[in-house]
Amino acid sequence: MTEPILTIERLTIDLPRGADRPHAVENLSLELRRGEILCMVGESGSGKSMTANALMGLLPGGVRVGAGRALFHGGDVLRLTEREARKIRGAQIAMIFQEPMTALNPLMRIGDQIAEVFAAHDRHSASERQARALDLIREVQLPDPEQIIRAYPFQLSGGQRQRALIAMALALEPDILIADEPTTALDVTTQAQILRLILDLRDRRGMAVMFITHDFGVVAEIADRVIVMRYGKVVEAGPAEKVLKSPEDGYTRALLDAIPTGHVPQNAAVEDAPALEVRNLCKTYRTGGGFRRKARTVTAVNDVSLTVARGEVLGLVGESGSGKSTLGRAIVRLVTPDSGQVVVGGTDLATLSEEEMRRQRNKVQMVFQDPYASLNPRQRIIRALIDGPVARGVPKDKARARARELLDIVGLGADSADRFPHEFSGGQRQRIGIARALAMDPELIIADEAVSALDVSIQAQVLDLLRDLRARMKLSILFITHDLRVAAQLCDRIAVMQNGRIVEVGPVHDVFLSPQEEYTRTLLAAVPGADWARETAVAS
Amino acid sequence: MVILTAILSRLAKAILTLLAIAVLNFFLIHAAPGDPAAVLAGEAGAADPQFIAQLRERFGLDQPFHVQLWTYVSNVLTLDLGYSFRQDAPVSQLIADRLPATLLLTATAFVISLTLGTAFGVLAASQRGRPADSLITTFALLFYATPLYWAALMAILVFSVQLGWLPGFGFETVGGGYGGLERVLDVARHLVLPALTLGLFFMAVYMRLTRSSMLEVAQMDFVKTARAKGLRGSVIQRRHILRNALLPVVTLAGLQAGQLVGGAVLTETVFAWPGIGRLMFESLEARDYNTILGVFIVSAAMVILFNIATDLIYRLIDPRIGAKA
Amino acid sequence: MKLWKRFARNRAALVGLAVLIAVIVLALAAPLLYPGGPWRMVQRPFLPPMGVDGLYLGTDTLGRDVAAGIVYGARVSLLVGLVSTLVALCIGVPLGAVAGFYGGWTDEGAMRFTEFFQTIPNFALAIVLVAILQPTLGSITLAIAIVSWPPVARLVRAEVMSLRKREFVDAAHLAGLSRPRILISQVLPNAVSPIIVMASLMVATAILLESSLAFLGLGDPNAMSWGYMIGAARTVIRSAWWLSFFPGIAIIITVLALNLIGEGLNDALNPNLERAGKP
Repeated sequence: MTEPILTIERLTIDLPRGADRPHAVENLSLELRRGEILCMVGESGSGKSMTANALMGLLPGGVRVGAGRALFHGGDVLRLTEREARKIRGAQIAMIFQEPMTALNPLMRIGDQIAEVFAAHDRHSASERQARALDLIREVQLPDPEQIIRAYPFQLSGGQRQRALIAMALALEPDILIADEPTTALDVTTQAQILRLILDLRDRRGMAVMFITHDFGVVAEIADRVIVMRYGKVVEAGPAEKVLKSPEDGYTRALLDAIPTGHVPQNAAVEDAPALEVRNLCKTYRTGGGFRRKARTVTAVNDVSLTVARGEVLGLVGESGSGKSTLGRAIVRLVTPDSGQVVVGGTDLATLSEEEMRRQRNKVQMVFQDPYASLNPRQRIIRALIDGPVARGVPKDKARARARELLDIVGLGADSADRFPHEFSGGQRQRIGIARALAMDPELIIADEAVSALDVSIQAQVLDLLRDLRARMKLSILFITHDLRVAAQLCDRIAVMQNGRIVEVGPVHDVFLSPQEEYTRTLLAAVPGADWARETAVAS
Repeated sequence: MVILTAILSRLAKAILTLLAIAVLNFFLIHAAPGDPAAVLAGEAGAADPQFIAQLRERFGLDQPFHVQLWTYVSNVLTLDLGYSFRQDAPVSQLIADRLPATLLLTATAFVISLTLGTAFGVLAASQRGRPADSLITTFALLFYATPLYWAALMAILVFSVQLGWLPGFGFETVGGGYGGLERVLDVARHLVLPALTLGLFFMAVYMRLTRSSMLEVAQMDFVKTARAKGLRGSVIQRRHILRNALLPVVTLAGLQAGQLVGGAVLTETVFAWPGIGRLMFESLEARDYNTILGVFIVSAAMVILFNIATDLIYRLIDPRIGAKA
Repeated sequence: MKLWKRFARNRAALVGLAVLIAVIVLALAAPLLYPGGPWRMVQRPFLPPMGVDGLYLGTDTLGRDVAAGIVYGARVSLLVGLVSTLVALCIGVPLGAVAGFYGGWTDEGAMRFTEFFQTIPNFALAIVLVAILQPTLGSITLAIAIVSWPPVARLVRAEVMSLRKREFVDAAHLAGLSRPRILISQVLPNAVSPIIVMASLMVATAILLESSLAFLGLGDPNAMSWGYMIGAARTVIRSAWWLSFFPGIAIIITVLALNLIGEGLNDALNPNLERAGKP
């Protein structure tokens, strides 16, 4: 084995007084070797990003290194003056971040932002910097290099921006690349491309990569070695193979169990009677129209037909911009479709007037994505649960009693009714959102990315609740998600959506194991860590 | 090309706005208590029934309402702002004579307040929490609460009356007989106090905004990217933070232009600066409504010009605007 | 109260509050302190401050007590500042709320209207309005309200626009609540904090505007006000500095206090912003 290029010994990072715990990171030790990809895994708040920031000398105000050292080229990078640290940053240790949309200066051309790295370290002449920027743009496989170099960030997609950021990080051929959740904000297919690019660059340049992620799927895809962190402490470390296959620590095991591994369940038998029938639904958006400007039209939902049977969970999967959310919102009439039918319980909701619709609101309910935005911060929980029933004419007392009962059912306890949303965690708020939907006695529930904003372990609990409720109450659910692994856990059938159309529908088993459409295959292949056939082989 | 259409559409909008202001003026004249003709004649005409009759005919006040409106608006659009019986001259003439002085004053105050305001804002932000920051923010708070005209009076008291450093009255030395460069310097000396006192309040406004905007931009992800590149702090401040922080300042500068022009009325009154603000004050004392309304329209036009200018500056800084249009 | 605790953490805001309370008490107590009113001639004109017992701030050109004028002036300033702000809120909040919530042509029309009023130089418009309507407390208050509502409308519109996209508003739609009810019971309560902050700063601006109008001779002739005192003393600034100096200080102190309170309220009501300001 080669000598480690970076050795962290007993690193402790202190949080400012008044934080929820004294140390962001405690007693962390690790070694990183040339050409190796080390994944740091943990849920939010585990201290993995703080470690990276400490190495870069970019800790936020009030947070400081308490103890330990990090040896790099014979020196301790944690004890450098700002001047010395600047020489290392960008040149020997480079970093890329989670949010490509905001990580580039909106007012500077891409080429200039890359060339700036050379300028910061006084390399090359001005014209040579531009030439090298162009080379880098080619190396990270951005399309149309000559155009891109003169483009502004707003003209690039998220994936392209992340490539541009990688180009900057690579500019001075660093020994170490720190990647802080670089693919979390991206679509699966884009994520797969970026992961391949990072693997590729590692092979070609032989640099060491410290890859921070919360996603064990990504770990399975790229890691050589893994460190699992929780509350600032290392709970498990070792070669990727070993940690993934035979984890020793209970927490690691829980995390691995929590991520939907790709066990494709057998379809439940469902009734034939439909809870929802969507026929030829269309919705087109016009944007940016005005004086002397041409309106741009986006066909978000293009002639979509589908049915959800009574007691069935239909998964609607697709990448961002595929139109899946618009479809969901059109079904509940938060947006009014241009044409087509949405038949629930014999009524076509798509053509009702606003007033008639208000009276039919209870038929379809929704569970929303963002647990922090889906409850009115100024109202007690009970209000959210009784407003709807009371508006329908249910007596207040009865609505209250039912609300408390439902809160009990979703596992919160009836006494949570009189509290305010900020007193609850993200997972608990999602439970409240589910109770709110149930309070209306709907014929169909639409769950729009209902678990996407949650940490994996919480995600698993909410999925368990949905599964349980579904069995107990015979719920019909349209489950919208971008995450195929989640869809595989809960759904009976899967509908795949792309560019406003349903490209494939079928029982979950068939869609995952023998996809008929090219796009479905791409989507399935892009899911990090997935090997559907093998997993099922084990399962069956 | 894009910029040209932008200017054209802004100009079209400007003309519409002026039209709307002319209509507003018309209604104001009619809203005034008493006979509109008497309002237009002002105090001077109130005594003379013949004057009033003449006016009535000239403005067609015996005509139906919409004809009156049309007459008034078309007069305004042809730059005919009526006649000041008090001063015995066309209002447009009175304003044209006084406009250059006001333009000089407001433009100087605008430039001073914008440059000093952003400079102090940057300084305060970079010294956050240190004595320099506290000093600057305290002064900004104080200036922000100080009435313009009072600051002007105190400036005269201190710098003109007590210390005798600068003239506190007028546009130039009366009977000085200066020519060429001497005259320019003389006017400049007279300009110092009015421009500074007018600019003081706005300097405070821009400073506060620049400071908070800098601090906000400093939190953004791309600043972290810049730091990760190993850039020097001063470069990050200048190239990444400042440019982005200036965007809201420029927007505000456009919005504040109206207040700047309004503030000129006060400053010019105190310093006897022969601009349209002083003209407005004199007309107020003389109840010369026609002139007041004329000055009002012209100052609105000035504000629109300021707005177009800041709009163009914004376009130069922010590439996203031009591309979207 | 959590809110009060957060407010009280800002020491400057506490000082501002104390000063404002003192000004209010003085204004209320004016008839007790100076039963003769502000217009009564009490001594020889042009007495400098501290010159004669009981006349701490001197007398003006007609021998009136400057201190009495300042105390009575506080009544006008506070009254006009408060009432005009309330009127401006009554115009700006509904307009901005409806524009932001309903969007489309409603929004377009309301915003063009607002933009128009924002383009007009507001002090010049206030002058024209008061001059033509004749200066009375009512016309002055109205004029100030008319020139100060546009920022309120813009703020409320922006708040409502971002709030109406929140999922809890979607949920209210799904609960079958009517649109006006959603706007009033779900959206607006969440926009109250920034409106309160802006209102406190608007009172300060209105006081400055009122004093500027009075300085130009556009004050209510029956009400003694700070701006009027300075305007009347303008021509004698060389010989009697105190006539303009003290009313000016009164304005600065009051306006400063209101601004400090506004900042304190901002910190207390929007704790997130405060955190964002830290490095």
